[in-house]
Amino acid sequence: MYLSLIFFPILSFLFCMFLGRSLSPKGTAILSCLFIFFSFLECILSFFEVGICKSPVFIKLYPWVDSELFDASWGFLFDSLTVSMGFLVTSVSLIVHIYSTVYMSHDPHQCRFMSYISLFTFFMLLLLSSDNFILLFLGWEGVGLCSYLLINFWFTRLQANKSALKAMVVNRVGDLGLALGIACIFLIFKTVDFAIVFSLIPYACNLKLFFLFFNFGIVDLVCFLFFVGAVGKSAQIGLHSWLPDAMEGPTPVSALIHAATMVTAGVFLIVRCSPIFEYSQSILFFIALWGAITTFFSGTIGVFQNDLKKVIAYSTCSQLGYMVFACGLSNYSVSIFHVLNHGYFKALLFLSAGSVIHALHNEQDMRKMGGLLQALPFTYVTFFIGSFALMGVPFLTGFYSKDVILEISYSKYSFLGTFTNWLGVVSVVITSFYSFKLIYLVFLSSPNGFKRTSFLVSEAPFGMGLSLVLLSTFSIFFGFLTKDLFIGLGTPFWNNSIFILPSHLNIIDSEFIPIYIKWLPFYCTLIGGISSIVLYHMLTNNLFFCYLNNVNLRLIYLFFSKKWFLDRLQNDLIVSFFLNSGYSITYKLIDKGLIEFYGPSGYSKSVVFLSKLLSRLTSGKINFYAFLIFVFLVVTVSSVCFVNVFYFFVEPQLLFVFILCLII
Amino acid sequence: MLTDQSKFLLVSTLLFLIGLSGIMLNRKNIVLMLMSLELMLLAINFNFIIFSFFLDDIVGQIFALFVLTVAAAESAIGLAILLIYYRIRGTVSIDFVNLLKG
Repeated sequence: MYLSLIFFPILSFLFCMFLGRSLSPKGTAILSCLFIFFSFLECILSFFEVGICKSPVFIKLYPWVDSELFDASWGFLFDSLTVSMGFLVTSVSLIVHIYSTVYMSHDPHQCRFMSYISLFTFFMLLLLSSDNFILLFLGWEGVGLCSYLLINFWFTRLQANKSALKAMVVNRVGDLGLALGIACIFLIFKTVDFAIVFSLIPYACNLKLFFLFFNFGIVDLVCFLFFVGAVGKSAQIGLHSWLPDAMEGPTPVSALIHAATMVTAGVFLIVRCSPIFEYSQSILFFIALWGAITTFFSGTIGVFQNDLKKVIAYSTCSQLGYMVFACGLSNYSVSIFHVLNHGYFKALLFLSAGSVIHALHNEQDMRKMGGLLQALPFTYVTFFIGSFALMGVPFLTGFYSKDVILEISYSKYSFLGTFTNWLGVVSVVITSFYSFKLIYLVFLSSPNGFKRTSFLVSEAPFGMGLSLVLLSTFSIFFGFLTKDLFIGLGTPFWNNSIFILPSHLNIIDSEFIPIYIKWLPFYCTLIGGISSIVLYHMLTNNLFFCYLNNVNLRLIYLFFSKKWFLDRLQNDLIVSFFLNSGYSITYKLIDKGLIEFYGPSGYSKSVVFLSKLLSRLTSGKINFYAFLIFVFLVVTVSSVCFVNVFYFFVEPQLLFVFILCLII
Repeated sequence: MLTDQSKFLLVSTLLFLIGLSGIMLNRKNIVLMLMSLELMLLAINFNFIIFSFFLDDIVGQIFALFVLTVAAAESAIGLAILLIYYRIRGTVSIDFVNLLKG
């Protein structure tokens, strides 16, 4: 059962990819949905067996690389972490499959689309259920590949090509970190197996790695490298810029990959490696700092974006920041709980946005929407639920994880706790501000779109509606139903899959914080929402007037809408440098220069050159031939003499080779 | 005794080298080349005779006689070929004898 759970999606991929033409688009749609549905059913069963009944499953399927010490096997590990994430992945994947059968039904490449998202599901499950770092890396790279393929799905669009390349290249930076981290792990422990590495970590705390005049604490180094991987995949500040650009792909892709599942792989990595991270105090500090900054940073950008999907993408970044800083504060279970909740409501938001975009015939600019409440009441409801869950309105899904994250950050009682708590709370205001802005501009304000599109607007078809309903149900009830299971005080659910150092445990402290702190996020949500409505509904003209007349305000607007100029900085300082050096050094000097010169074309040229040189020897002049004969005689005779002398010291064959070399 | 022998050998070697350089450096005339070939043969003959004298072995001198005969025959053939070559090409200059070139 556990194996077929993983391999159903790849069967779906193979069928859709290679038999897609004969199965017809409708056939592939039904087939892939069916396969993913089976996978989902098995995931529920495994969730029951592993999560509830507490019997982790270890499967050593087949050795993959087995070379002396290095053994990477096709081994699978199903513990609570795997099954809870797997539940998210398969359920969202199933819903997105159903959604895209309708959303992509007019696309001539629907078979390809279905096969790609099935492949993505496979790789994601592989990443979740691997029992060693190498297999995890395979899944990691696989989801990156699928992300590239799906962003680039409409491959004739230049913008999609550029975004896909950007996603690939930016992710490479993170992947490099992860790969180096795995190499370090192997260097120290001579194994890549999770069970062995995690149990040996306490013994490696004092080990140092001496490299290039620097002394690294080995655990710190490994954690740092893994965190670089997580930064790349989970779009933390620094390597975040690919995620908003990835919105060029089809909307179901944005929902499945760039909101719900793949981007949480970085968080998953941190949680999976919690036994390593727990022993690295400094890197935990760094992670929490970084996550909190990301939360705030992407929130502020999200406020000033005009593209519907980009706003949601930045809010994804922001929520990822929450998850990461929860990890940094050693509350991995809370972080994973937020991953799960966020997966549902963010997928719901994206799919609702997709429904809006579908209805408006691919119009994504919020300024050209408005007044859709009358035309799309059902989408409005789902969008509303998604936004409210995102804002953390009490008793919706987002509330249960987000508030807990803020509470634990408050109850850390250190600089770090205060810092993350402040940024988190401010981000709550921002989140609810842009969520209300979205709702207002898209649904409530007076219509700003073109008349022609307004006539053609129609509510989502049945398939899309069904998936929206399912996700709405999850977004409303999931947090409430599973709170005690996942983060209840003293829950035995996680049994050994998450390790928290006893001194880092502070979930109990969070129960004893003042009551007004617990209420604070709710007030912040209210403030953000009300100010947004007031600004956009009543003061729109004043705002516009200010924008026109006040230069400073305009500059501030520019600063945020240009993403803090971070992209610009990256482009000017790093990217252009690497691009130039990549062209002039690695391409022109090494690839086309040294390797060509000493490599294939150099050899072929030198053969021609030498043969021309040799053919010049046959000049046809008798005296020259006589001279050659004489020289050769002298060389032979003298070498014979020398051979007699040096016979005991030099191998005759070597001498022969040497003479040949001399002649050449 | 030994020094004497080496002096004789030096003469024969010099003769041989003169013949050799005559072949290698000569760019004018095939007749010259034939002559230097004869010179080289003579040098070899000289060598034979020297050694037969010093080693008290008559075989060397007999061999020298044979070589002389062969050299005469060979030069006769060479001259004959040269004559025919001159009739055909109208020159005996070496610079134009590059028919060997492919």
